[in-house]
Amino acid sequence: MRPVYVREEVCMGCGLCEVYCALAHSISQDPIKAFKRERPRPVARIRVERTDGLFLPLQCRHCPDSPCVYACLTGAMYKDPDSGAVAVDPDKCSGCWTCIMVCPCGAITRDADMGIVAKCDLCPGRDVPACVANCPNEALAWAEDGAGVDLTEPAATAGGRTRGW
Amino acid sequence: MAGKKAIVPETEYLIIGNSAGGIAAAEAIREVDREGAIAIVSEEPYLAYSRPLISEHLAGERSLDSMLLRSPDFYERNKIEALLGTGVARVDFDHKLVELEDGRRLAWRKLLLATGGAPIVPKLKGSHRKGVFTFTTLEDAEKIREAVNPQHKAVVIGGGLIGVSLAGALVHRGVAVAMVELMDRVLSTALDAEASHMVEEALRRKQIEIVLGQTVKEIVGRPADGGRVGGVILKDGRTIACDAVVFAIGVAPRTELAAGSTVAVNRGIVVDRHMATSCRGVYACGDAAEAYDFIHKTNRLIPVWPNAVAGGRVAGYNMAGRPTRYEGSTGMNALNCFGLSAVAAGLVEPKGDPTCEVLATSSAANGAYRRIVLRNNRIVGMVFVGDIERSGIVFGLMKDGINVRRFKEAILSPGFGLAALPDDLRRKRLSLPNSQLSEARGNEE
Repeated sequence: MRPVYVREEVCMGCGLCEVYCALAHSISQDPIKAFKRERPRPVARIRVERTDGLFLPLQCRHCPDSPCVYACLTGAMYKDPDSGAVAVDPDKCSGCWTCIMVCPCGAITRDADMGIVAKCDLCPGRDVPACVANCPNEALAWAEDGAGVDLTEPAATAGGRTRGW
Repeated sequence: MAGKKAIVPETEYLIIGNSAGGIAAAEAIREVDREGAIAIVSEEPYLAYSRPLISEHLAGERSLDSMLLRSPDFYERNKIEALLGTGVARVDFDHKLVELEDGRRLAWRKLLLATGGAPIVPKLKGSHRKGVFTFTTLEDAEKIREAVNPQHKAVVIGGGLIGVSLAGALVHRGVAVAMVELMDRVLSTALDAEASHMVEEALRRKQIEIVLGQTVKEIVGRPADGGRVGGVILKDGRTIACDAVVFAIGVAPRTELAAGSTVAVNRGIVVDRHMATSCRGVYACGDAAEAYDFIHKTNRLIPVWPNAVAGGRVAGYNMAGRPTRYEGSTGMNALNCFGLSAVAAGLVEPKGDPTCEVLATSSAANGAYRRIVLRNNRIVGMVFVGDIERSGIVFGLMKDGINVRRFKEAILSPGFGLAALPDDLRRKRLSLPNSQLSEARGNEE
């Protein structure tokens, strides 16, 4: 699986990833229409956490052993057998929030208008997730080949195989 | 045995129970063993469905199709023989045989008892009357749906999670509801007092009448038709007129198949850290079993869905020959009650335990409430109401037994997130390598 990786030293906390994520998940794909008129409102599945001296853009890590999938009460949360991405079926989600309770990264969001959860789906249909493609500072990275970027390696070693690093 | 094999069909793995634990076990077995024959037996005739969704079914918002846990071809795709609509009459643990209620017999090599729980129905005068229900299965939901209409009033006995979700569904159908709870607050095992009161407020806003510290002494008939429910008499003598009564007191583990066998049963079926029972080749999980609780550091009944799945997976791996240890779980509940979100896990109400420290904060502005219970600077309980989105981070810290001394106050702040964790912890959560920056910021534990 290839989650979006964060280079937190480089993030400047601008929040554009949130904007482009919500836009990518809107119906109109038009910023003015999407944010002013669309109901249900488009929801960002990434959030930038801000503390003193640290900006951390955070979205689903697509854990290999996904607590949210195993805790889901309805079968809505599932691991895509082909891509390994963790995805949610909006028709089956009942908004019980059990997945939110067990996500160790706090990466699942409530979609208030829909009454269900929203999470990173790695932007199916796009070459690169919208947050990565639009990060002005290349703080977000996306492994292109998808084959085993070793996260225990120092970033410099992984850099050759990733975009944005 | 050889003679028996010739007559009785044999399955490698037999799973009794077609819900959370049984399905999780079957999937785990298939991860390890692609071919070994699996059979799942259930007295319910349906494909595996989400039991928690029966309240949405009763509310009229969901058909069975959209309640299925897996796609309809799940059994076929995984080469699972589904024996649905027939219960198990008895299990012969010595000869590894089961006899189904329809008379069929089946031999097995590994057995999983994922039999779940049965609703508790206290012996009560008048509980035979027409209009008295329980609420744990799809069939229960359908019976209630057929029996009630918007002119009716229902008495829900029990203010736990089943009672609260049932009351919500009845209100959706336009039925007036009175909830009778023995304790002095609703959700008394799931939440702490403050959070319980927030839920009570949400229920009362929907005109649900909450009667606390009371029990139903007797269910009485109608004046004109004594066979049908006409009301209840409370312990203090008050009466509430109603057209239906639903028991939502809780569930008791279904252990009857193990009775008189070598499978040890305490309150539930006793299992070790591999979900194995005292009988070789026999495993148990879910509401039927007493599995390990990592907060209480002992085995106990925790009848919640995620634990059934976790235990079922471990049982499945072990049945298929991949030794796997159950890491344990604890009581945990999330709820969305008329738009009020709440999450709670572990020891939420330490009741004067001197080894526990309680930190709590509430904000009147946005109705948010947060509470953590600590023991030796490790989180042993948590309650989030309102803003719950980062609660999973806290659950993870609790599960992993992390010392939170350095940042415990930050957990209560509205902006709490992974960024508030020390670098080493945060990077571990994100599976990122430790960077030079984090070294510069220091990694003192």
